[in-house]
Amino acid sequence: MNGFLVVLRKELLEGTREWRALAMTLLVAPLLGPFLFVGITAFTMHQAIDDVAAAIEIPAIGAERTPNLVAHLRQSLIDVDAEAFADQGDQTARHEALRQAVRSGEVAVGIVVAADFAEALAAGRAARVWVVADSSSTRARPEANRVQGALGAWSAMVGGIRLQLRGIHPTAGAPLAVLRDDVSTPSRRAYLLLGIVGYFVLFAVLIGGSQIAVDITAGERERGSLEPLLAMPVMRETLVLAKVLATLVVMTASLAITVTSFAVAVQLLPLGEMGMTANFGMVVAVQIFLLVFPFATMAAALMVAAASLTRSFREAQTYTSIAMIAPTLPVVFAALRPMQDSVPLMLVPALSQHLLLSDILRAEALDPLHIVASVASTAAVAAVLVWLTVRRFRSEKLIL
Amino acid sequence: MIEVTGLSKRFGDVQAVEGVSFVAPKGRITGLLGPNGAGKSTTLRILATVLQADQGEVQIDGVDARKDPLEARRRIGVLPHGSSVYGNMTARENIAYYAALQGLTGATAEARIDRVIEQLYLEQIADRRARGFSQGQHIRVSLARCMVHDPSILILDEPTNGLDVLTTRALRHVILERRDAGCCVLFSSHVMQEVAALCDQIVIISRGHVAVTGTVHDIRIATGKDDLEDAFLAAVDLEDTD
Repeated sequence: MNGFLVVLRKELLEGTREWRALAMTLLVAPLLGPFLFVGITAFTMHQAIDDVAAAIEIPAIGAERTPNLVAHLRQSLIDVDAEAFADQGDQTARHEALRQAVRSGEVAVGIVVAADFAEALAAGRAARVWVVADSSSTRARPEANRVQGALGAWSAMVGGIRLQLRGIHPTAGAPLAVLRDDVSTPSRRAYLLLGIVGYFVLFAVLIGGSQIAVDITAGERERGSLEPLLAMPVMRETLVLAKVLATLVVMTASLAITVTSFAVAVQLLPLGEMGMTANFGMVVAVQIFLLVFPFATMAAALMVAAASLTRSFREAQTYTSIAMIAPTLPVVFAALRPMQDSVPLMLVPALSQHLLLSDILRAEALDPLHIVASVASTAAVAAVLVWLTVRRFRSEKLIL
Repeated sequence: MIEVTGLSKRFGDVQAVEGVSFVAPKGRITGLLGPNGAGKSTTLRILATVLQADQGEVQIDGVDARKDPLEARRRIGVLPHGSSVYGNMTARENIAYYAALQGLTGATAEARIDRVIEQLYLEQIADRRARGFSQGQHIRVSLARCMVHDPSILILDEPTNGLDVLTTRALRHVILERRDAGCCVLFSSHVMQEVAALCDQIVIISRGHVAVTGTVHDIRIATGKDDLEDAFLAAVDLEDTD
């Protein structure tokens, strides 16, 4: 058996002996992470679905002035509490009390019917209703939108009736019919929710191999088993390649577990109810695995290179945490400023995998040139990192 | 046989080794003696091919260690100072790893592994993980794995440091046995009694130079001191006054 296989087998054997640590790296993020993500997403989706259907009650100061509007709101499943803040005194004081309650988050949304509402309505002037809401509160926004929508519908209805009474067709007051033509596909809409999958997969790969990379480089050096190993008749490049491959094996396992876990977990999302379809079956899982594999190669080389630069275990952990975040920065940037796929972007490792994954999840065709650019550039970076590590292993600094 | 000629090594501002030359013949035990920081470890690490000399030449059984380090490494067994074995692997697995790295396979490897386990009295602990081993057990496993390919040269850097009497005795036994089998044994120490008791010849190193070379008898004559400790101090002094 040649030195490469001997070292590879030993590193993996020793890695599996630390099975608790290995189980933690492979189970927590790769296996449970996707389910956690899907669980939280499913929860908020169910909440959103329920919110649309659920009846709500809102404080409505001065609601007694417009029983018609109140009846309309009730039809829209918005119950009103006309007695709210009655103990505060006059209309102005009650309005202020409502504003306070909304600001403090105690009340999501409330309405105030102007004192001259009935007169204004009768006289054909614009009758005023305030919707008291906090636009910075994401929790209250759906309710505020619902109330606003119901008020707008009532206004349009009353306006239509007025025009009809004057013998004018209601459409005269609505010259423009704005129609929405949504060209998005169910998979593209689902991507709005699944966009984080790509980032998560890349991160799971990086996390998966960091432990073993540190163990077999800085760890081996710190424990004093590196120097006798260097006196064995094995070339330094053989040692480095075996160590990178050992890291790659664990990273590949992490990748496979993450992707499979996502493919299963995504089926639990109530996407159909939202008019979405996740393009994430087993075939897509395999495609994602194949596209991300070159990244795992680069990540393995990066982790081993980073950990080899250091003198101690602790220092190596610091270096590898930086090495864990650095490759994902372009992905974060891409998330903040969405960009169009192009060959130059495909030359950036991590970013290229992220963009290709996004395309797959949106069920869009991949440009073969983009795949070639992604694989080639990522492999080239991996090769450079391996070469740097070999240089490090040939240098005496490794043991001094 | 090890032939060292004009070995020099510098680390930054420190001249660790300067012009060291000696011969460690086969069938002899050569002791490298010197105070802490004299350059013993640096010399041995160059011989073990993990460091490169700035100047000078090392011949391992006629193989130039710089030109063909892999071939040199096949002929030597190295026990570096403060080295350790893999705690998550058993004693046998640790030894088998080095056997495989040395290219031993199949029945030959098994036979060699069993042989060194027996030689170093490791039968009782052979299949236990090395994590809980005592210092002495650690050294015995380290020694076993560096001898597993039956090297003609053993290079041991302060092997007896921190060992109990029993392990020290086992170690001596192995060193003598190897010598009688025709091996070249080179080991370093700063304990004079130990060197005097074991070595056929002594190389005293001080401040990176070879101060005196010879048998215990030679050194006593050269320094004019009867007691080896006095002789050692005198040798180191000679070097200092240069």
